Amino acid sequence: MTLLAVESLSKTFEGSSRRGSPSGVEAVVDLTFEVAAGEFLTIIGPSGCGKSTLLRLLAGLVQPDRGRILLEGQPLPEASDRQGRFGYMPQRDTLLPWRTVLENAVLGAELAGGSRDAARAEARQLLPLFGLDGFEDNWPSTLSGGMRQRAALLRTFLAGYDILLLDEPFGALDALTRGMLQQWLLGVRTRFSKTILFITHDIDEALLLGDRMLVFSPRPGRITADLTIDLPHPRDGETVLGADFLELKRSALAHLRL
Amino acid sequence: MWAARLAFPAAVLLTLAVLWELVVWGLAVPKWIVPSPSAIWQAFWEMRALLAVHVGQTMLEVATGIGIAVTAGVAVAAAINFSPWLRRAIYPLLVISQTVPILALAPLLIIWFGFGIAPKVIVVTLFCFFPIAINTSDGLTATEPELIDLFRSMGATWLQIWQKVRLPAALPYFFSGLKIAATYSVTGAIVGEWVGAKQGLGIYMLRSSAAFKTAQVFSAIAITSLLSIALFLAVFVIERGTMPWHFEER
Repeated sequence: MTLLAVESLSKTFEGSSRRGSPSGVEAVVDLTFEVAAGEFLTIIGPSGCGKSTLLRLLAGLVQPDRGRILLEGQPLPEASDRQGRFGYMPQRDTLLPWRTVLENAVLGAELAGGSRDAARAEARQLLPLFGLDGFEDNWPSTLSGGMRQRAALLRTFLAGYDILLLDEPFGALDALTRGMLQQWLLGVRTRFSKTILFITHDIDEALLLGDRMLVFSPRPGRITADLTIDLPHPRDGETVLGADFLELKRSALAHLRL
Repeated sequence: MWAARLAFPAAVLLTLAVLWELVVWGLAVPKWIVPSPSAIWQAFWEMRALLAVHVGQTMLEVATGIGIAVTAGVAVAAAINFSPWLRRAIYPLLVISQTVPILALAPLLIIWFGFGIAPKVIVVTLFCFFPIAINTSDGLTATEPELIDLFRSMGATWLQIWQKVRLPAALPYFFSGLKIAATYSVTGAIVGEWVGAKQGLGIYMLRSSAAFKTAQVFSAIAITSLLSIALFLAVFVIERGTMPWHFEER
């Protein structure tokens, strides 16, 4: 079942008027794709190709010039229609430094006007799964990079949205931590019925995590390939060494070089 | 740990005081030119009851002035960040307010507001307002755009964004401004008293100086410094209590 549909979405950012460039910067051009409920869609492309712009368009932070965004068949034309509908996690670490892990985790419920106590209880239950047991009263500054990202993911998962927009959540981590978090996310994912759009510039990560992968061209971003990743689950560190995986990777690389 | 940290500066101060005492005593410097530390202490001890009254008056002016400066400073900082139009209108005025020589303004304040507490409070406010307003304003501007994006994506109202992101994010900047203001404030009150007052450390200094009671002037100067340091430390303690996260780094 199609949960999210994007139709001919285009966005051009106005050029700096002082430099007098009338054309502006084309970020994304004519994006069309659908996402099924429960699907894990990875999006890969060179840096500056407009991947982040796509998520910002969906999250209601940017208005498209052309095209439509439909959630469960309902068009969401205004930015305010889309705000509060997607679980958006920006690229940079966005834990509030003045809140403990637990108080950061319940932010979504708090902003939505829900019960804070119920949200806290739910968050406490999920702490072990997110590897944060015993750290609920820590300030974010006292956590490691990997733990901060898990705390931010906990907040995003808890906010109660069906669709999560994750912008390179593991991009700033070292390779070892990143590998551990990829395995962890594969495990966590099966516990939640979430639909996930996951941006990365790491092709192994995109193939390991995703059910499907969109390949973006260099700026302006267009979709150059839509690949189904039919690798069996559970996937682990061995998966990335298998012949099927390497075959998929070769095909993806060919599209990326366009 | 605190004791160990304080030991070194305390030893330096003590050594300087002993040297000072010895030089004054050895060269037989007259007391009204440079009094020895022991003479300053004596002057303080003899006048302690009267000094308490003057200190009380000065601190009342300081507390009122800081209170007004904090309220006005934060309000102006918020207004500046509320609209670019207000920023353009108010920011230059802020800078101009700080370039006005307050020493020249103080006598005028006496003409306008009389010899009561009002002109002193105004001088303290003028000294304290600028660092608080500018720092808070910079803090409100420096809120990370990603945090605001996150809140907007969650459908937060602008009131929620101010309350839960912009104000807490500006707190460290506000306290930096308040620490600067706290150290200026006592000097501000004394400047205000200097041009005309019935009570206060400033007028005490002026009278002592006119009577060539130099030791009394020095004791009042020492009290002024100690009060400023105490205020700075008080702000520091409040800062730690308000923002525990800011002081607990990995």
